[in-house]
Amino acid sequence: MVKPTGFLEYPQEKPPYRPVEERIHDYQEVEQFLPKDRLEIQAARCMDCGIPYCHAFGCPVVNRIPEWNDMVYRKQWRKALALLHATCNLPEITGRVCPAPCEDACTLSINLPPVTIRHIELQIVEMGWQEGWIRPEPAHRKTGRKVGVIGSGPAGLAAAQQLARKGHEVVVFEKAYRVGGLLRYGIPDFKLEKWVIDRRLEQMRAEGVVFETGVNAGTDISVKYLGRTFDAIVIAAGATVPRDLPVPGRELPGIHYAMDFLTQQNMLIGGEALPEGGRITARDKHVVVIGGGDTGSDCVGTSRRQGAREIHQLELLPMPPAERTVHNPWPTWPVIMRTSSSQEEGCTRLWSVSTKEFLGSRNGVEKLRCVRIEWPEPDGNGRSTFREIPGSEFELEADLVLLAMGFVHVEHGPLVRDLGLETDARGNLVVDSGLMTTAPGVFAAGDAMVGASLVVRAIDLGRKAAAGVDRYLVKS
Amino acid sequence: MPSHTGFPRTNASGIALPTGLYDPAYEHDSCGVGFVARITAEPDHSIVEHAVSVLVNLEHRGAIGGDKSTGDGAGLLLQIPDTFFRYGCRDLSFSLPPRGQYAAGLVFLPTDADLADRCVNTLERHAREEGCPVLGWRQVPVNADTLGELARLTRPSIRQCFLSRGSFDGAALERKLYVIRRLAEKEVRSFSDCDASQFYIPSLSSRTIVYKGLLTGSQLTTFFPDLRDPSFASAFAVVHQRYSTNTLPTWHLAHPFRFLAHNGEINTLRGNINRMRSREAMIESELFGADLEKIKPVILEEGSDSAIFDNALELLVMAGRSLPHAMMMMVPEAFGPKFHMSEDKRAFYEYHSAIMEPWDGPAALVFSDGRYIGATLDRNGLRPARYTITRDGMIVMASETGVMDFPASQIFQKGRLQPGKMFLVDLEQKRIVPDNEIKSRISRQRPYRHWVKDNRIEMRGLFNPPEIPQENPEVLVTRQIAFGYTEEDLKMVIAPMASQGQEAVGSMGDDSALAVLSNRPQLLFSYFKQLFAQVTNPPIDPLREELVMSLRSFVGRAKNLLSETPEHCRMLKLPHPVLTPEDMARLRNASVPEVIARDIDILFPADGDGKALASALTSVFVLAEKYIKEGATFLILTDRNMDAGRAPIPSLLAISGLHHHLIRRGIRTQASIIIETGEAREVMHYALLVGYGANGVCPYIAFSTVRNLAETGLLEKPLLPGEAIDAYVTAVKKGLLKTMSKMGISTLRSYVGAQIFEAVGLGRKLTDKYFCGTASRISGIGLNEIAAETRARHRRAYEGDGNANRLLDPGGLFQVRVDGEKHLWSPEAIYKLQHSVRTGGYRVFKEYTALIDDQSKDRATLRSLFRFREGKPVPIDEVEPVESITRRFVTAAMSYGSISTEVHETIALAMNRLGGRSNCGEGGEDPARSLPLPNGDSLRSRTRQVASGRFGVTTEYLIHADELQIKMAQGAKPGEGGQLPGHKVSAEIARVRHTTPGVTLISPPPHHDIYSIEDLAQLIYDLKCVNPQANVSVKLVSSVGVGTVAAGVAKAKADLVLISGHDGGTGASPLTSIKHAGLPWELGLAETQQALIFNRLRDRIRVQTDGQLKTGRDLAIAALMGAEEFGFGTTVLVTLGCVLMRKCHLNTCPVGVATQDPVLRARFAGKPEYVENFFRFIAQELREYMAVLGFRTVDEMVGRVDMLEVQPAIDHGKVQGLDFSALLLPAGLEGDAPRRRVRSQEHELEKSLDNELIRIAMPALEKGQPVDIEMPIRNVHRTVGAMLSGEVTRRFGSKGLPENTIRISFAGSAGQSLGAFLAPGITIRVIGDANDYLAKGMSGGRITIVPPPEAGFLPHRNVIAGNVVLYGATGGELYLYGTAGERFAVRNSGAKAVVEGLGDHGCEYMTGGVVVVLGPTGNNFAAGMSGGVAYVYDESELFDTRCNLDMVDVETVWTAEDEKQLRVMIENHFRFTGSTRAKTILDNWESRLPLFVKVMPVDYRKVLERMHLEEYRDDETVSATEEVYRG
Repeated sequence: MVKPTGFLEYPQEKPPYRPVEERIHDYQEVEQFLPKDRLEIQAARCMDCGIPYCHAFGCPVVNRIPEWNDMVYRKQWRKALALLHATCNLPEITGRVCPAPCEDACTLSINLPPVTIRHIELQIVEMGWQEGWIRPEPAHRKTGRKVGVIGSGPAGLAAAQQLARKGHEVVVFEKAYRVGGLLRYGIPDFKLEKWVIDRRLEQMRAEGVVFETGVNAGTDISVKYLGRTFDAIVIAAGATVPRDLPVPGRELPGIHYAMDFLTQQNMLIGGEALPEGGRITARDKHVVVIGGGDTGSDCVGTSRRQGAREIHQLELLPMPPAERTVHNPWPTWPVIMRTSSSQEEGCTRLWSVSTKEFLGSRNGVEKLRCVRIEWPEPDGNGRSTFREIPGSEFELEADLVLLAMGFVHVEHGPLVRDLGLETDARGNLVVDSGLMTTAPGVFAAGDAMVGASLVVRAIDLGRKAAAGVDRYLVKS
Repeated sequence: MPSHTGFPRTNASGIALPTGLYDPAYEHDSCGVGFVARITAEPDHSIVEHAVSVLVNLEHRGAIGGDKSTGDGAGLLLQIPDTFFRYGCRDLSFSLPPRGQYAAGLVFLPTDADLADRCVNTLERHAREEGCPVLGWRQVPVNADTLGELARLTRPSIRQCFLSRGSFDGAALERKLYVIRRLAEKEVRSFSDCDASQFYIPSLSSRTIVYKGLLTGSQLTTFFPDLRDPSFASAFAVVHQRYSTNTLPTWHLAHPFRFLAHNGEINTLRGNINRMRSREAMIESELFGADLEKIKPVILEEGSDSAIFDNALELLVMAGRSLPHAMMMMVPEAFGPKFHMSEDKRAFYEYHSAIMEPWDGPAALVFSDGRYIGATLDRNGLRPARYTITRDGMIVMASETGVMDFPASQIFQKGRLQPGKMFLVDLEQKRIVPDNEIKSRISRQRPYRHWVKDNRIEMRGLFNPPEIPQENPEVLVTRQIAFGYTEEDLKMVIAPMASQGQEAVGSMGDDSALAVLSNRPQLLFSYFKQLFAQVTNPPIDPLREELVMSLRSFVGRAKNLLSETPEHCRMLKLPHPVLTPEDMARLRNASVPEVIARDIDILFPADGDGKALASALTSVFVLAEKYIKEGATFLILTDRNMDAGRAPIPSLLAISGLHHHLIRRGIRTQASIIIETGEAREVMHYALLVGYGANGVCPYIAFSTVRNLAETGLLEKPLLPGEAIDAYVTAVKKGLLKTMSKMGISTLRSYVGAQIFEAVGLGRKLTDKYFCGTASRISGIGLNEIAAETRARHRRAYEGDGNANRLLDPGGLFQVRVDGEKHLWSPEAIYKLQHSVRTGGYRVFKEYTALIDDQSKDRATLRSLFRFREGKPVPIDEVEPVESITRRFVTAAMSYGSISTEVHETIALAMNRLGGRSNCGEGGEDPARSLPLPNGDSLRSRTRQVASGRFGVTTEYLIHADELQIKMAQGAKPGEGGQLPGHKVSAEIARVRHTTPGVTLISPPPHHDIYSIEDLAQLIYDLKCVNPQANVSVKLVSSVGVGTVAAGVAKAKADLVLISGHDGGTGASPLTSIKHAGLPWELGLAETQQALIFNRLRDRIRVQTDGQLKTGRDLAIAALMGAEEFGFGTTVLVTLGCVLMRKCHLNTCPVGVATQDPVLRARFAGKPEYVENFFRFIAQELREYMAVLGFRTVDEMVGRVDMLEVQPAIDHGKVQGLDFSALLLPAGLEGDAPRRRVRSQEHELEKSLDNELIRIAMPALEKGQPVDIEMPIRNVHRTVGAMLSGEVTRRFGSKGLPENTIRISFAGSAGQSLGAFLAPGITIRVIGDANDYLAKGMSGGRITIVPPPEAGFLPHRNVIAGNVVLYGATGGELYLYGTAGERFAVRNSGAKAVVEGLGDHGCEYMTGGVVVVLGPTGNNFAAGMSGGVAYVYDESELFDTRCNLDMVDVETVWTAEDEKQLRVMIENHFRFTGSTRAKTILDNWESRLPLFVKVMPVDYRKVLERMHLEEYRDDETVSATEEVYRG
């Protein structure tokens, strides 16, 4: 470490956002780049810890963060890039959309603002693209083995790239028209512009990965066919079944799953034809987003850009504290009040609110009947169930309701059924330590096996599944 | 024979056979030694009487064992008492030939009469056959009444035999007797049907005879009535009193041996033995002729180091070299460029360095062959030797002065032996021969200078190779991977070496897995741990006393040891053992006939297993033999030709295997071995390769790596590749010096093959074959596993061959990496522990301990492999309460300085609330903290450390302690001193430590008052005297032999011994030391428990352990293995917020724990309650284990090792070969031997002279009235004044009494540590002289020593005080009318002193005070001096050549202020001593003043200037490491 006192000398500087007034009129990325010289100084804030909590605790793909911070500060960008790519296949994506648990685990964050790890990551990889350092890395030797990867989200892409580099022949099946899964259709452009994905896909194709889009595995091609064609299969189909809100009035028009809403906007920007059933738009509407997570935020930001009149975002949980509580110690993920760039762009957030009923007519939803709730102290196991506060009911005007309450599990469709895969109590695919499902040669990765989670975790699981597949193929 | 259950088995002679972890091979000894002689050479019985009285007066330097009356050994070497034999003893049944015409010997015989007869017959037969028939025998009368139990049980039958001289005369006769003795010894040893081990011939000579035994000095004459017979006369007597650090010493091993008595230790013994064995095959001697074969083997390996030294010395002398000549060969003085010496002498040493390596270690050697009697000191002078010569020709030399009384008027000269010097009495010429005369005669007896100049070959003279082409980066990466390089190696190991020219410094402990437990492929190097000196032999100081060290060597084919020709030095001279690729080209292409190099590939098939590896090794050996036979003088083992199909044999395995193979073949010295390997990169690797026999190492991949790092800008600063490589080599050299110094070895020549390592996790078959003589106590892996680990690396390397962008493995040894090495401290463990103590949640604490204890997937500790046996559970409420258990808890020594005030005080507060003890570490403590707080809390550290720097060790500091801990070694850096970087030395810290703010503080590697075990006993006694209420503890670090040392510590009367694990923390230490030195506490604790029980010493000393103790399970295991108390360092810091940044040394701790930066300290968020919670939790968890195991108290549990067993069914392949039977040996479980401390030590403080002083001084102590005391003093009166000073300080505080309140006047020779910790108000005046450690830790008062007025010698040429005067003094004044020994005023930080001359290393490490020297100084003055001022009267104008100018400037005394200070001090000196020298100077002030030089530390001056300007800025101070290695 060249600069032991960097953290004492330099304050944190985050990457700038475009002004709200400007950015809500387009779908381009909100976040901008910090100039390189200032970024290098930010990297010098890294303390090169004996235990780098960012790496060993915070980061699901165990990015070698202190090492590339050091390289950035020393302007050894190319080495930084190599270190970054050693653990993550899609740093240009995680560099944009990751909630960066690494930063909350950063040792500095005990008592100072952490190192801006995510942004440093992003700039490292963007530098790599810009300088042409990122080139296809095809395997030296082909193994002659074939692997089918189902799903082209972050888990599928990571698995496919890892496998191809091991010399296996890889085909990725994607039911949508374009490759990318959740990355392409779930994340709004103002967080992740889609050329970013295409750039990486080009590298992967050059490394030998074949993408078959518009193919719904298990339906369009049979499980039998898959079994015949491939020596191993990786199911990276995501956890796409959304959580519903089964209250009276749920069937009213104007109540949509968040992902349907977001996908439409992404297809529009991507120039794809919308599916049948008409366009969901927030224009001039009273929008209520139910769910306070990232997807909810994406709905807020998209609604704002579509020209919503008013946006409410409801959350069942109480408003989190501004700072960590004693029971939420560093370096665990801090449950604290956060404001996303979308929320910053304008919306009303309500906490401890439960929706009792949707009111409206055949023309559509008009109102929500909600109740305020309270959360008693958690029991010995840390669990708590909420109680409604009597007499606290209120109504909220709404003509577009977006349900962003998370996802339950992978689709239990023909693929899972015909392969005879076991699922656990939560509906996730059961796997062993090598990520193989209960069917020999069939592996699972990403949300399909853990339920909805972070992009970065999906990448990690994709890599692990690829390693499992590789071991399996070498052995057999 | 001792047959107590649980005691080790011994053979008839009492030599213990290895039992459990306790192996007698690790015995050490130190002692009192001396001689008495009369120059007139007239034999006289009074000499014998004097010798015995010397022995009695040295008795405190010996030791008494577990049974209280068995001494460790005492003896005399005398002239043959012809008169006595002829007339005195009536039991001689035959008539003796005339004086000098016969030989006599003392013979120890088996107690079994038949067996004794057999031995007698054997000796007689050989004597007859060799032509010196036995004339008769005499049963030596003995009186065994006073013997101790052990001595009685192993007592041999003692006879004397008398041999006719036959046709031999003089030296030829002695040679023949030697042959006879060897033949008899060899034959008796071959008796296979009986135990004849008691047979031993202490001496057989026509000149000298030895009387010795397992006795104390005072028992000697009782036991041997012969010695009391008035007709028993000798002109000289060599005396020796042994202090073995172990109570199973034997009759054989008592000194003197045939030629010498030795106080000290040979650290390089293993290498010396091996080389002697290989030389043996090639020796030829005209004098011996065919007889030479009869004496082989020359070395009897079961002897002690001293005995083996004697064996080698005997050979050299018998083969024709004079005794002084042989001593000069074996113990050469330092002759580096910093020493002024004659070219002839330098050439003598250089010439002989091509023939024999030094037998290195601290040593005072007294030797005699009947004609010469002499003494010499090793180059470091770490053992005292004082002599007195009287006007009537008596000479007494001993470890102390005052061992014999002479009237002052009779004394002609008092002197001391200086480092590397010799002192000789020639009884034939009847005169004393001074060092320069002996040596100049010997070094000119042949034209050594011409021989060396004409013959030595130098590298640069060989051939100049063309530029060596560079490795291409892709190939480099592949090779790096194959040799196991990691990113961490590049960043943390190689880059710092190549950028700074020294090894990187790190901090905190080592919590990663032992190599044998790691799941990741390990380099073979990682299985070894460095040994280091503790207690029995001091480490050398490679920073401040580097001048005595050398990396030079001669390589090539060695010649006949027993002859001298010019060709002997026709060898290649290497300045250091690191060879560049260019050097290799020179070697390979040399056209000198003496340099014939042959390459041998050390490769094996890439898919090969252990068998393939073994056969590859065999081919290497066969090839090597063939090349040697063909005349090769250099064997180059190389792995350069590694490729996809051939993997490298681990370089260490290849070198050590070949080294031992060639030794076995007796041809090791015929060729040098150079290893050219890609594996070596860190200091430890070089240390191992050379330590196992490599004469040179070419680390070609390391060089390419450095070049590559430099070219790609990845070094810490921009350097050209050439510069970076130079820096890297410098770093390796420094690292080697450091490694050598830790073991007390000064020269590379004796380090080569010295094998100062122990293995952890290597199978015994493997070590027996390839690493003979290396301890590997838990056995472990074999060639198969080694092959597998090599294969794994090799496969990974060649799998992705050709991709230059490939990354290396992350490593994770120093910093946690998820794919790297396992660490016990994981992020989860840290936050769970912190969370639990902050919220008081025991449930979370259990989650934390589960994380640590469950190592089923990745193991890190040996204890993870143990499990508890089933006990009879007891209800938990019957188990002793948490509150009583927490009293057994202590915190590790962490100095105020290394950690912040806040943390230091928080820990003390918490420990005081819990009833445990906090340890203030080395660095003093603010006296204000000794006062309780208003609410009853206390910030006082109950345990206070006394470490080698003695920072802040004042009398007041000592009396406020409940425990005084002597830090002999620290787990993170055993064998090294501490260091506090300048940027952590704040004004406050400097005040408490009595130093200067901003100046880096270095503690010396050795305690300068502990060069041996008897010195440790002395320091324990000193501390006991000053604070009789405090327990004294000794901190040791686990390593092989620590049990033996602990037994010595118990005999030295320590109340507590701490066995620290190697994994303990530190604020700053070189990475090699953190990782590669010392052992886990499990091994050390088990060995200690066993050794203490076997030696019946366990009952009197408490045992404490520490080192990564984290959970109740850890404590339960430690208790079962023998620990009564438990220490915690890192864990406590973690409870207070430490997150294992490992940045303590940088002062940037972000949580305010290990920093002095006020901004960061403000972030400290710890509370005492956290510490309390932790200790209550862990005590509770221990209780839970106790309940399950069925123990109600910890006392019951201590030492119940039978409750532990090894976990069955361990899957991890490498672990399977481990054997814990020795570790888990149930020592002392049958029978009633105490397994814990049940009684206290007998300190015998009531015998101290101070009791009398205190009694007389009562009016002063009670009413402050002035008191005058006058009494005689002797050398046996030790530590006089300390108890009185403790009393004064206790009553009056650190200010003490007004000056001169208690005036004491002594006459005689004061014992060691006179005036130790003297308090203000006490004035001591001695008319006579003083021994070592005068005014140690002096805190005030005044000491004056003057020679008796009637003395006839010149005071300023007379030695009046011993070595290490004023060590760690913080105040007071000292006036010496005479000269003092080595290391005067070392680490002085406040005392003022005037002295008339000094030995070497004066004012070393001084940080304050004023020293005036009115005469010459020795070498290396002011080394490491960072504060204070010295004035030296430099008449010869050579002072600057003797001064170490690294840290000081030398200038004239020109300011009025300085002049005044100097004049006042000299005036005082004159006033108190009446010194004529002072008077002359004062009388001629104007003309003498210009001869004075002022020695001023550079940094000190800077700081003073800055303080004047009040502009002190933190970041300007040099970093610790820069300064440490400057130059």
